[in-house]
Amino acid sequence: MDFNLSSEHKMVQRMVRDFAQKEVAPVIKEWDRKQDMAPFVLPRMAELGILGVCIPVRYGGQGMDYITLGLVCEELEAIDSTLRVVMSVHMGLCCLGIFQLGTEEQKHEHLIPLARGEKIGAYGLTEPGVGSDPANISSTARLERDEYIINGEKMWISLATKAHTVLWFARTAPKGEIPHEGITAFILDTSLAGVTRGDIHGKLGVRAGSTGWINCQDVRLPMGNRLGEEGEGFKIAMSCLDNGRYTVGSGAVGLIRACIEASVSYANERHAFGRPISRFQLIQQKIAKMAQSYEAARLLNLQAGWMKNQGLRNTKETSLAKWFATDASFAAASEAIQVHGAYGYSDEYDVERFLRNARGGIIYEGSSEIQTLIQAGYALGLRDDSPLRCELPGYDPDDWQTGA
Amino acid sequence: MANKIFVYIDHFGGRALPVSWEAVSAAVSLKTSYSSGVTAVVSGYEVGAIAEEAVSYGADEVFVANHEKLKEFRPEVYTSVLVKLMKDSVPEVFLMPNTSRTRELAAMVAVDLETGISPDVVAIDVVDGSIHATRPIYAGKLLTKVVCAIARPQILTLRSRAFKKPEPDTSLSGEIIQADVEVEDPVTEVLGYKESEAGVSLTDAGIIVSGGRGVSNNPSLTPIADITDEKGKEIWRAQQGFQLVRKLAEVLGAAMGASRAAVDAGYIPYAHQVGQTGKVVSPDLYIACGISGAIQHLAGMRTSKMIVAINKDADAPIFQVARFGVVGDLFNILPALTEALKKRLGK
Amino acid sequence: MNIVVCVKQAPDTAATVTVQDGKVSWGDAPLVLNPWDEYAVEQALLTKEEHGGKITAISLGPEDAKEALKTALAMGVDEAILVSDPAFAGADTLVASKVLAAAISKVEAVDLIFFGRSAVDSDSGVLGAQVARRLGWPSLSLVAAVNNLSPEGGTIEVERMIDEGRQIVKGSLPVVVSVVKGINEPRYPSFMGIRKASRAEIPLWTAVDLGLTAVPSPAMTWPEIFAPLKIETKCEFIEGETPVVIAEKLADRLMEEKVI
Repeated sequence: MDFNLSSEHKMVQRMVRDFAQKEVAPVIKEWDRKQDMAPFVLPRMAELGILGVCIPVRYGGQGMDYITLGLVCEELEAIDSTLRVVMSVHMGLCCLGIFQLGTEEQKHEHLIPLARGEKIGAYGLTEPGVGSDPANISSTARLERDEYIINGEKMWISLATKAHTVLWFARTAPKGEIPHEGITAFILDTSLAGVTRGDIHGKLGVRAGSTGWINCQDVRLPMGNRLGEEGEGFKIAMSCLDNGRYTVGSGAVGLIRACIEASVSYANERHAFGRPISRFQLIQQKIAKMAQSYEAARLLNLQAGWMKNQGLRNTKETSLAKWFATDASFAAASEAIQVHGAYGYSDEYDVERFLRNARGGIIYEGSSEIQTLIQAGYALGLRDDSPLRCELPGYDPDDWQTGA
Repeated sequence: MANKIFVYIDHFGGRALPVSWEAVSAAVSLKTSYSSGVTAVVSGYEVGAIAEEAVSYGADEVFVANHEKLKEFRPEVYTSVLVKLMKDSVPEVFLMPNTSRTRELAAMVAVDLETGISPDVVAIDVVDGSIHATRPIYAGKLLTKVVCAIARPQILTLRSRAFKKPEPDTSLSGEIIQADVEVEDPVTEVLGYKESEAGVSLTDAGIIVSGGRGVSNNPSLTPIADITDEKGKEIWRAQQGFQLVRKLAEVLGAAMGASRAAVDAGYIPYAHQVGQTGKVVSPDLYIACGISGAIQHLAGMRTSKMIVAINKDADAPIFQVARFGVVGDLFNILPALTEALKKRLGK
Repeated sequence: MNIVVCVKQAPDTAATVTVQDGKVSWGDAPLVLNPWDEYAVEQALLTKEEHGGKITAISLGPEDAKEALKTALAMGVDEAILVSDPAFAGADTLVASKVLAAAISKVEAVDLIFFGRSAVDSDSGVLGAQVARRLGWPSLSLVAAVNNLSPEGGTIEVERMIDEGRQIVKGSLPVVVSVVKGINEPRYPSFMGIRKASRAEIPLWTAVDLGLTAVPSPAMTWPEIFAPLKIETKCEFIEGETPVVIAEKLADRLMEEKVI
């Protein structure tokens, strides 16, 4: 068992850390207050290749492995969760979905521009009335000759107003006995007539990102834009979440690290009763707890990344990693505020933003309650992963880097 | 008998740099240890007045290398002149003021003479005929003693403001010797100069007023209407903040410095940066405005004789090195301080 | 253009450096490419992008200095060479300049050498000039801008940041250029560069490889390294009802201390 990161991994870590620290950290507070995404973020991430990090070179990506994706997420979220959210929806949910399930033609048409960062991807599953219960979506797709007519509204969609390509889940058959059976996945082009969208403001956290709604009214989508088979959509949606959750979990690791760094620095600086507060055991306890959860969360996520590299099914491990890391990141942020006292409560320091951002992670991409049920299901033998028609390809450095 | 202590006089625009006289005074302090007089070396064109001045600061003799081809300092040409002189005289010690010219000059002379160089020295002691020089490393986070035990001369460049600045004494006398120099053609050519970006030179300044990222945080300012982008607004705000820093600097006759954060954010040119990747300074008074005191910044200014910090965060590390601190809004404090000092200085 | 860039590995500038048992310690802070050298690498890359050619990064140091060379490779230099030999231990700049000059002479037909202005650990800032002198080439130090470079004409025109302002100097190739911050904005390593760097076999040149049969002994020794005396400053906080009251009090205190 080798716990070392490769020199490749370390160099990527440093590169992404430099980008986030030098370019985003100095302005993040301002954009968070404005509740808008800094306009340079997506173009710079594209330019640096981050938007195609773990896609083979022949599909426009950088040919790095899934561990690298996790490390990128950790570094990005250590500065702000909105940066990692980009990786979750663009890479984890959209790019990897097309990479896993798309036809060769679809990969050429859709994945290449996404991996190059020329286009931005998003994922449209959640609807105004459907969150944890996605089998009950009501968005529809009706086949008319060689086109699907899409109708419906998606809600809480990250990058809703930025994305060019959205994995869209809609019903191709009416709800029957088993509701998830009639769902189909589509690659929706947001420039098509009938697509409208907007951002949602007033969120608790991830304010420097874009979260919104997308509405389709009689949008005519060519048949070639269907991802997978008719009726396969629910399985696809769940399989995509195995990757999205991995990015969320890995990002939460970075958030915990940021909480530790902020707390340690503040506790060494701030004096009370004549000494640095870091000398008080109740402060030490908080920091020790953060350190404990950081290490555990990190290992769980690296394990999930390793399994992806090996091409192993990782639904269980990824769910566990996401659940543990996001819960721990919220706890760490809350304790980091406590370490900072009243200052932590103001946006003078970063930790209140960390708390607001961490709160989202325990809701989206499967709330902690859903992850709890998944884990209970595995433990009690009530749940089993049936094989997929197309598993996510494992990492093959030679193949992935051909054409570089 | 030739003197064993040589000191180089660096000059620019017809005037010696103040640090050159500090080097002369350091050379004079070695006279007993080496039982020798001090020879100053002035190289240039029409530099007779500087040679006279060197005598008034304590040089017992002055070698003047006067040649039209030495008009503009070029390290290669100056090196050849100095190396010839060193080979003729074989001194024990060759001190230089540490400037942007002499660092390179000393480096090259050392190569030609196959001897050691101690750049940017802040203190000297003589032990058994060798100078034990103290110089900062890791941007002043540590100090090291350096010794050039065998090779001669021992070449040192001395940091500005680290050694005593002597008062000139016109009653002193010394011999001025026109050195017979052959000067090779320069391999590089100075085409001209551009205005200094830093105003008063940071390394020579007795007082420095510095601004950090905090100078852009004045929310009460509304940027002029034709700046629409956020970065533009931020820089505009910062420039207004630096105006306050500049006004205080002007009243004090001080140089203006900045933190790396302010330079990296594009508020002010790099020439103003104080710190590990900027200039290392040691003024009598350093006023830090809106600077939190990152370790890299402290490395560049912690040896200042007195530090005053103005910052709105009472826990900022800068207060740990400050003699006087004001926790407050620099946008209110700076104008008031400028007025208060104007009054006292009769300006 | 055949370009050489000389780089060094140094502890991250954010590190807390201490002396332990007479040796410098930077705790678990990472060793990185000397920040000044990033500007040198970037300038080499910009030069290559404009004029074509090949960039060789050379580092003199222990085996683990390879990491700095890897960063240079990841940023885009074509080749990297580590110059390392137990005989080089304790080298001062006099020795280092000799070794580097020998290494550069082994690289074919070099037109241009870039250095960073100094290393953030030793803070010497003399190596570029010394290597230039050893090679008999002109040295352009403290370069803040390259205004003009003509490989055909064999000329270069630069702006140097000297204490008094900016000086414009023209020189001829081959030349040693040492650069300051502000000359460019160093790029981040690219993914492709990172992959290339992590797989690169970095050749190691020893004293024998460089034809240095006898390594000269250094002229300088460092008998003692120590932390500066901690000056215990107790900050006197100036307080008052209004900014004017505070300013008046502070001005009075500064006058009393005779620093103005």
